[in-house]
Amino acid sequence: MTGTSEMANILAETAGRLLEDHVTREVLGAAEEGTWPEELWRVLEENGLTQPLAPEARGGMGATFADAFVIAFAAGRKRAPVPLVETMAAGWLLGMAGIDVPSGPLALIDGSDGLDFSDGVLSGTAEGVPWASRAGHLVAEVDGTVLLIPSDAATISPDVNMAGDGRDTVTFAKAEPAASGLLPAKGSVSVSRLLGAVMRAAQMAGAMEWAVALTVSHVCDREQFGRPLAKFQAIQQMLSRAAARAAQARSAAETAFLALDRAGDDLANAEWDIAAAKVVAGEAADIVYDAAHQSHGAIGFTYEHELHFTTRRLWAWRGEFGAETYWAEEIGRRVLARGAENMWPDLTERQKG
Amino acid sequence: MEDIRFTPGLLPSGAESLRAEVRAFIAEHLKGYPGVKRAKSWAGADPEFSQKMGAQGWIGMTWPKQYGGHERSFLDRYVVLEEMLAAGAPVAAHWVADRQSGPLLLRFGTEEQRQKILPAITRGESYFCIGMSEPNSGSDLASIRTKATKTDGGWLINGSKIWTSKAHMAHYMIALVRTQPQDVKDRHAGMSQFLIDMKATPGITVRPIRNMAGEQFFNEVFFEDAEVPDDALIGTEGNGWGQVTTELAFERSGPERYLSSYQLLFELVRALETDPSPADAAGIGRLAAHMSTLRQMSISIATMLEAGETPNLAAALVKELGVDYEQDMPNRAHEIRGVSPRMGGDGYEQVMAYMTMAARSFSLRGGTREIMRGIIARGLGLR
Repeated sequence: MTGTSEMANILAETAGRLLEDHVTREVLGAAEEGTWPEELWRVLEENGLTQPLAPEARGGMGATFADAFVIAFAAGRKRAPVPLVETMAAGWLLGMAGIDVPSGPLALIDGSDGLDFSDGVLSGTAEGVPWASRAGHLVAEVDGTVLLIPSDAATISPDVNMAGDGRDTVTFAKAEPAASGLLPAKGSVSVSRLLGAVMRAAQMAGAMEWAVALTVSHVCDREQFGRPLAKFQAIQQMLSRAAARAAQARSAAETAFLALDRAGDDLANAEWDIAAAKVVAGEAADIVYDAAHQSHGAIGFTYEHELHFTTRRLWAWRGEFGAETYWAEEIGRRVLARGAENMWPDLTERQKG
Repeated sequence: MEDIRFTPGLLPSGAESLRAEVRAFIAEHLKGYPGVKRAKSWAGADPEFSQKMGAQGWIGMTWPKQYGGHERSFLDRYVVLEEMLAAGAPVAAHWVADRQSGPLLLRFGTEEQRQKILPAITRGESYFCIGMSEPNSGSDLASIRTKATKTDGGWLINGSKIWTSKAHMAHYMIALVRTQPQDVKDRHAGMSQFLIDMKATPGITVRPIRNMAGEQFFNEVFFEDAEVPDDALIGTEGNGWGQVTTELAFERSGPERYLSSYQLLFELVRALETDPSPADAAGIGRLAAHMSTLRQMSISIATMLEAGETPNLAAALVKELGVDYEQDMPNRAHEIRGVSPRMGGDGYEQVMAYMTMAARSFSLRGGTREIMRGIIARGLGLR
């Protein structure tokens, strides 16, 4: 199970404390204005939180996905404006392909649509690459080959998502990777997309837990009509529904991280649980977003209030590394191809011990 | 705010060999059983089927052997339940007795009650109904008025219960009644639970109530000077509210709170599987994603029960999520493959018609959606 080993306890405590101290409102605001949170990244890296998944021999910590869940969850809970989960995922990919992991933030490219790797060089364009312009290296996976590309071998055109986090357009023109290696196995879905999706699912679960907690605290404090908002049944009903959906998203994300550990070399074995986690997180996001903002009223719509630093990311993350429809179609096609008679047996088979 | 965690768990490997046994049993005994009957899920009753399950040792599975139980784990029980639900097996006759009445008697009943009642339940021969709601007491259960008055050697019960599923076939009712007048300062005081023999007690009338799907499943039950003996009292006089809260936790914690409409998903997939569009696949995928994650949460609750915990808040959460999912199924199915289902149409149409009507009860039975959200709100610290 996730979050129960000694390693996980240490990671959770360290990540929680560092993020609490360093992701301040000032840092979030400045990041959005284009100031890279140097100090935040430095402490995360110094404490080993940026590379939990790469093997020790390659510069990582060699932790399990179950252990690493707590970092991704905390990154979402505290909405860290740095490519922490992307770097974790990229480090895992590099490790699996036998490539030494460089220090510094890594930019994980989602899938390989629009990219061509042949004759040892990479060409094409990738959009929405998280913090490419801040990363020393880009990591792509093309058809089971993992590529480590120095950023200066690409043309990077900066852009941001609706939360102000870097989502750049990267163009390669016969770029030479610094290193490349083959993954031991490759499934039907891009491995980089799978990893990105599971990380986003965990971040979203963390973000939703935080948004629910902040909203509970707000409605207990804020009084209207002579009593706290919390005493109104309409508010109670709305927040209960949101809390249930947030709990579902967390359970689904934890399940997907555990599935990654059980999947062995072939991440396709975890595809179902990752897809399910991203679908339910996306659907939950809509409900939590609504409940949190509605309960906060106009103050939550201001830039001054901190709610939007989380809710804008929640919404942005819904669409990254595959939105709900993308992942729903992936697993829906599987169910339909196997047919009604196999649906239940396949489900129990997948979740058996 | 309570910490709400669902630790992902896996069923032990022993549970999987049991699963194979259950599937073989279902394949043998439910061969050719039509989809529209399977769609009734745990509202479909067949005493013969219940007795066969009893003979397999699949009723009262976790109870002590001295009462006819089998001392198996909650996870084994979970496997039997979910396989029966996925198959749409007619488990209604014994369902309430196995799920809540038996466990309630184990917790609060007298030794004599346990010895007399529990073995027959485990054989699939003794059925129970739930005596909670009254004509003027639905969600506000503490406002019940049916009362028991002490006599020499027994109690006289007067009043009525309503929405009592299967009262017409039940051998016993566990009824929550007033043994003291209502105290405005302590609304939960003065209630007690009684074990009422539905077949042998004079003064009981059962009036069937037809539901909107045309079924005669629930009833109104009238008590007119119905006399029960002293030993019909369950637990402690005046402790009825505490006991009924425990009983409701049993009632709310199982996989039936997300699997009731599985048969519609099954028929929908069958209707689409030969030539699905990308939109069909996405629609099915969303439902499959929910089913998969709800099952994981449901297993997590079974794991907590096995560990001796009482996950009341977690159970309320899963009921909220599960009911949302299973009740929305006809609407989702309509979006994917909209029809005006004919009662004599194909399997999909028949199940769609039944489920569209039956699903209305999902967010009412076992505590309304609003009551469940109220329980969650208390866990969040809002009330």
